[in-house]
Amino acid sequence: MKMKLATMALGALMAAGPVMADLVFPDLSYRTGPYAAGGIPFSDGYNDYFTLLNERDGGIGGVKARVIECETGYNTEKGVECYEATKGEGALVYQPLSTGITYQLIPKVTADGIALHTMGYGRTSAANGKVFSNVFNYPANYWNGASLVVNHLLEINGGDLGGKKIALVYHNSAYGKEPIRTLEELSKKHGFDLSLIPVDHPGQEQKSQWLQIRRERPDYVTMWGWGVMNQVAIQEAANIRFPMENFIGVWWSGSENDVLPAGTAANGYKAVTFHNVGSDFPVFDDVQAHVVDKGLAAGAGDQIGTALYNRGFYAAMLAAEAVRTAQEIHGVADINAAMMLDGMEALEITEDRMAELGMPNFGPSFKVSCENHGGPGTGAMAQWDASAKTWSLISDFNASDMEVIQPLIDADSNAYAAENNIATRCN
Amino acid sequence: MSDQLVFAMEVFLNGLMAGVLYALVALGFVLIYKASGIFNYAQGVMALFSALTLVGIMEGQVPFAHVINATFGTDLHHFGWHVPGFVAILLTMAVMVLLAICVQKFVFRHLVGQEPIILFMATIGLAYFLEGVGDLMWGSEIKKLDVGLPQGINLMIDETTFGWFGYGFFIDNLDIVATIIAALLVTALVIFSQYTKQGRAMRAVADDHQAALSVGISLNFIWVMVWSVAGFVALVAGIMWGTKSGVQFSLSLIALKALPVLMLGGFTSIPGAIVGGLIIGVGEKLFEFAIGPMVGGATENWFAYVLALIFLVFRPQGLFGEKIIERV
Repeated sequence: MKMKLATMALGALMAAGPVMADLVFPDLSYRTGPYAAGGIPFSDGYNDYFTLLNERDGGIGGVKARVIECETGYNTEKGVECYEATKGEGALVYQPLSTGITYQLIPKVTADGIALHTMGYGRTSAANGKVFSNVFNYPANYWNGASLVVNHLLEINGGDLGGKKIALVYHNSAYGKEPIRTLEELSKKHGFDLSLIPVDHPGQEQKSQWLQIRRERPDYVTMWGWGVMNQVAIQEAANIRFPMENFIGVWWSGSENDVLPAGTAANGYKAVTFHNVGSDFPVFDDVQAHVVDKGLAAGAGDQIGTALYNRGFYAAMLAAEAVRTAQEIHGVADINAAMMLDGMEALEITEDRMAELGMPNFGPSFKVSCENHGGPGTGAMAQWDASAKTWSLISDFNASDMEVIQPLIDADSNAYAAENNIATRCN
Repeated sequence: MSDQLVFAMEVFLNGLMAGVLYALVALGFVLIYKASGIFNYAQGVMALFSALTLVGIMEGQVPFAHVINATFGTDLHHFGWHVPGFVAILLTMAVMVLLAICVQKFVFRHLVGQEPIILFMATIGLAYFLEGVGDLMWGSEIKKLDVGLPQGINLMIDETTFGWFGYGFFIDNLDIVATIIAALLVTALVIFSQYTKQGRAMRAVADDHQAALSVGISLNFIWVMVWSVAGFVALVAGIMWGTKSGVQFSLSLIALKALPVLMLGGFTSIPGAIVGGLIIGVGEKLFEFAIGPMVGGATENWFAYVLALIFLVFRPQGLFGEKIIERV
């Protein structure tokens, strides 16, 4: 009897334990709820890239990638639950696609020794690797985004924004308030008037805000929105006949979802982006052949080339490249979370490598370091063509104003370090 | 006239228009509460579901395409036809009547005589069920809704007010249409509930389910009828809000805009929903205009509830609600 019980217990242990090595990438997705339209294409892109690597290359360095999807509904509490539920699976890196969840996970991933990659969102000052050992937000963050918007306006105004009026329409949350400090500094530097116009969650009703814009007649409006706030803002801008080419969103206000409901009225709307747009990249032919045609696509396979699909795809590519870097550093194919951190900190993306991956000019070339977890902070300007229903880049990937941003990053991260008794690293 | 006064007038008018849109959502709550004493948590989701169905029918989308494709390995998405808006509205209304029959047959028929809190809980379940079914049937992507309603600035008002004040008022054509539709809807609903046999039966059911049954009123019929009418009101609200922002799952959150309207106008009064909507709309917009800039803006969400609370303190049943006196 004892022998039988022991055999059964061993059998159960074997069944419960991992039967083969894999590289685990939890995907804290949101395919339901009010923000699902944004969460689905990102998650599809994230999943499809790893499926492509598994199907075409047999994984990364010979080890299969395994994506564990956990539904957060863009809810911070659920996001934390998802983290707790999946971290024991051998998770290498988390990408929660939510600033709220990011803030909750920063102390947790630091304690657990797991990497957190929040590209283009999350806590901006996490770019300082001396303080935030486990958090990365390359290739760009919110403050880069704000500066890139201003740089674009400088470019189209002959380098002079003196006396111009710029309004920031923002989601009245931690996310939406992120660019304010940077824009205030930039307004001092370039002499433009900045007006701040908050919109309460979810942003379905914005009449007051757009009446204010109509009265104050700013020269330009920039937007930090997400979800329904974006669609309503673009429609309201069209309603008051605000020139669309003078309306610029951050990358989270620059997807097809945001402009399509307004139809032709959205023509000319701009959004800053840290990666390329469209489906004209060789890698997507591979996705079609190895993923979509085999019926393995995470969604219906109809999102390829959309802004948010590309972003999820790019996020997965950067994670996979960090795995390769870690594998090279440690000489081990089946890496663990600590090795992944090393890989992310030593990641180097070159244009040659991007071309090799079938993604030429998809994003900037950059190198991560112990000190700099934020990457180059570069971005390009995209513009919506309503008749063709496509985004097109109207600029190269340009630099943001690090002269203004770096002191802000240093001040905020050092304050965080002081509050939390964190000893700085990379010395 | 000072610029600020002219601007305030524009804000006031836009507040009235916004209030009508809030009232459209609140009306659905009132109808069901009036007839059955149920606070229908699912009203916002009904607006979403009806708008999703309308767009799906108009675009010739295959319902449950993802489920069918995943199960049978097919690649179905569209039937390949487009249905005219008016026909699609009629077909959507048929779906909402079917939904009303199902809700009655499978949920509320089994809950006759239960405590209001039980009925309320059932509507919470219904809301999440409908949201899930809507997702499975029509997908989660944002859809453009165009049933031919005009949108954008009304030029006549813009030019006329410019002639008067030297500043043209912005009034959205869609808001004007919503106001006309809401006025027609309220008139029809008031006439229906006050002057028709079914309307009186509906009010009798609201007073006491058991007593209504004892005098021969068919509870089943009345509840199906009320849920169908609420479904129609939800469809109208879904069309208006869906035209503004595209049809997407955040549409269900418009219910949040209806709650202060109900608190203020009363849960049992159709005109109360309209008056409540107008007061909330004007109040929140004027407060945002006058006080918002001093306190950092974005005051509308919370101020609507503060305004409703103030009214509630002095008149708990709402402006037009019925005062309930229970004798022991």
